[in-house]
Amino acid sequence: MSADAATANADDHAAAEGHHGHGDGASHATLKGYATGFVLSVILTAVPFWLVMAKVFDKSSVTAIVILGFAAVQIVVHMVYFLHLNTKSEAGWTMMALIFTFVLVVIMLTGSLWVMYHLAQNMTPASTQQMRNMP
Amino acid sequence: MSELAASLASDVPGAVQTPRFHLSSEHHPENGTLLGFWLYLMSDCLVFACLFATYGVLGRNYAAGPTGADLFELPLVAVNTSLLLLSSITYGFAVLEMQRSRRGATLAWLAVTGLLGAGFVGVELNEFAHLIHDGAGPQRSAFLSSFFTLVSTHGLHVSFGIVWLVTLMIQVARYGLNAANRRRLMCLSMFWHFLDVVWIGVFTFVYLMGVLP
Repeated sequence: MSADAATANADDHAAAEGHHGHGDGASHATLKGYATGFVLSVILTAVPFWLVMAKVFDKSSVTAIVILGFAAVQIVVHMVYFLHLNTKSEAGWTMMALIFTFVLVVIMLTGSLWVMYHLAQNMTPASTQQMRNMP
Repeated sequence: MSELAASLASDVPGAVQTPRFHLSSEHHPENGTLLGFWLYLMSDCLVFACLFATYGVLGRNYAAGPTGADLFELPLVAVNTSLLLLSSITYGFAVLEMQRSRRGATLAWLAVTGLLGAGFVGVELNEFAHLIHDGAGPQRSAFLSSFFTLVSTHGLHVSFGIVWLVTLMIQVARYGLNAANRRRLMCLSMFWHFLDVVWIGVFTFVYLMGVLP
């Protein structure tokens, strides 16, 4: 009984806060959130630098894929803990804009690299010597 | 006329009401500034994506000139990265102090953030000066052109962020933490953290992957 009342109260409170929150748009920042984000970011930054500077993996492609993975995770960490991104703020429009931008960025990056890589392959001079002598 | 209107209104309560053409429950933001600023950041993200794509295409075209492995000094990049990351957390502290409505502490953390940002720009300018002095300027190769365009666009953003930060510090010092200044500080917070997000892409994609054999 009392537990139910407490939950109802908490819900009311959350709803009230949520509505109030619309005024400044962003959810409230907390020290814990910033500290968590910072510690995670330090780890996610230090490990890629160590992987590259200490030459941990023999193959460059492995290192590249691993550090790109770390970068992707760190970007999410920054979005969540520093930019306070969630599905609730501004009735979900910030998230919607982010997803739209993400799709555009992926199309543009992969598209550019894919097209230009094939173009380079098809137009490569016959020998490396020729390549070196290019102006 | 006015009598007629008044009698109409008083005689038939509820029956003849002004028609409503909008949903009363519809979300109606009191202040769209932060959403608008977020949309600006997303468009800025597209600018950087174009520059990243350009670098991705041209980044290995050295024109028989120096490569990333020859030029990049990773310890310096690590210093730069930590400066920017530290400035992110100190801006976070400024926001926390702003929420507690403590003007002095907010200003102090903003000042620390600005100094760390200035340190970042200083290290980067120093790096550019060394590169240009060594003959590895933007005109040397397609790789260096795209490198300078991408990295200096980010550096320019940070520089303008510092100008904005100093402006806001003067605003807060003169007018206090009023609603308008809080809103501006939140916008700059988003801008500053966004630049840190872009830098993650720069140090991973340009510097770390650039020195890989």
